[in-house]
Amino acid sequence: MAKYKIVHYINQFFGQIGGEEKADIPPQKHEGQVGPGLAFGKALGDECEITTTIICGDSYFGENMEEATATILEWVKEENPDLFIAGPAFNAGRYGVACGSIASSVKNELGIPVISGMYIENPGADMYKSDVLIVETGNSAAAMRKAVPVMAKLALKILHGEEIGSAKAEGYIPQGVRKNYFAEERGAKRAVDMIIKKLAGEEFETEYPMPIFDHVDPAPALKDLAHANIAIVTSGGIVPKGNPDHIESSSASHYGEYNIAGIDDLNSTNFETAHGGHDPVYANEDPDRVIPVDVLRQMEKEGKIGKLNDYYYSTVGNGTAVASAKKFAEEIAQKLKDQNVDAVILTST
Amino acid sequence: MVKEIERAGFPVVHVCTVTPISLTVGANRIVPAVAIPHPLGNPGLERDEEVKLRRHIVDTALKALQTEVEDQTIFEVK
Repeated sequence: MAKYKIVHYINQFFGQIGGEEKADIPPQKHEGQVGPGLAFGKALGDECEITTTIICGDSYFGENMEEATATILEWVKEENPDLFIAGPAFNAGRYGVACGSIASSVKNELGIPVISGMYIENPGADMYKSDVLIVETGNSAAAMRKAVPVMAKLALKILHGEEIGSAKAEGYIPQGVRKNYFAEERGAKRAVDMIIKKLAGEEFETEYPMPIFDHVDPAPALKDLAHANIAIVTSGGIVPKGNPDHIESSSASHYGEYNIAGIDDLNSTNFETAHGGHDPVYANEDPDRVIPVDVLRQMEKEGKIGKLNDYYYSTVGNGTAVASAKKFAEEIAQKLKDQNVDAVILTST
Repeated sequence: MVKEIERAGFPVVHVCTVTPISLTVGANRIVPAVAIPHPLGNPGLERDEEVKLRRHIVDTALKALQTEVEDQTIFEVK
């Protein structure tokens, strides 16, 4: 019997081409399995073969989504595999978005089944979970050993045409799809069991989780720019040279507050980036490329804006937990209020 | 972060390269940037040209802050 053909998508790092300095490489095609593909090869066994591995730089994909997608789709179409695996991307944001995006295109444009893997807080998970089967993984590559068997098991089920069970049973991120099934016990009994557990303070599992909507209405527009105090906040990790507060290059545990009063221009001697999630060379050469202090200072002098706030706030958005970012921003917002800030420019890398 | 700052009542503009992420996160005023490692710059340009480009993006961001929006809006840098 012919083997199932699989095409695997990975980034420059897992493709063993390089780190951030190679994140801008365009897609390339390799025969056979590369990097995590070896582990998948083993876990999938003799009936499958990863015939092609496609490697693309994370920044390249993020910045050239249309071109990258078109190129990769062409290659996948030529290969015509039985399954397309993307990642796993763990908590790497750009990689997760790339995996989700390309998997979604392969599925919808070519009709080929797809599977990916991500940490639940990866932005790619939220963006693509309803369209792509995404196995929930740990937040770093250290979780590869756990992720591969779960993804491989699900992959084999898809290839064999077996029915895919619930998100919980199979280990993928819920897709918001409701499926009818025959329960062992009738609804009334299940409901009473649940309420008894609830009353007893025990854990119970709802059969109808409420969706969480967290939408913030836009704040009213800024009225008087010429008298406005504008503050800069960034997740791009720009810090004074030497990173005095030791903001972590990834999974930041805190943010910094830095005085820029009297500073007209950021340069490689006074500021730098602490961000470890992209090539830092450009930001280190000229940190104004991430937070536009030079231009805003110019506008302040011209009277176009009232003032550039004396302090700016900075953290590193790389793999930082959503809960941490939320907490940082709540504190920052209070400080901005205390300093009579009128509007905020928030930059991200 | 964008959302929490807006929740506190500040108009906030998110300048970032991967705008789909910004939309997912819940930013209301979004200005697309140049590239992930240099959102407000382009190392390929001469210094003067690069500052001009940066000023142009900041101009767009300030315009966004001065525009009433009802829903998530992307302000293209023209």
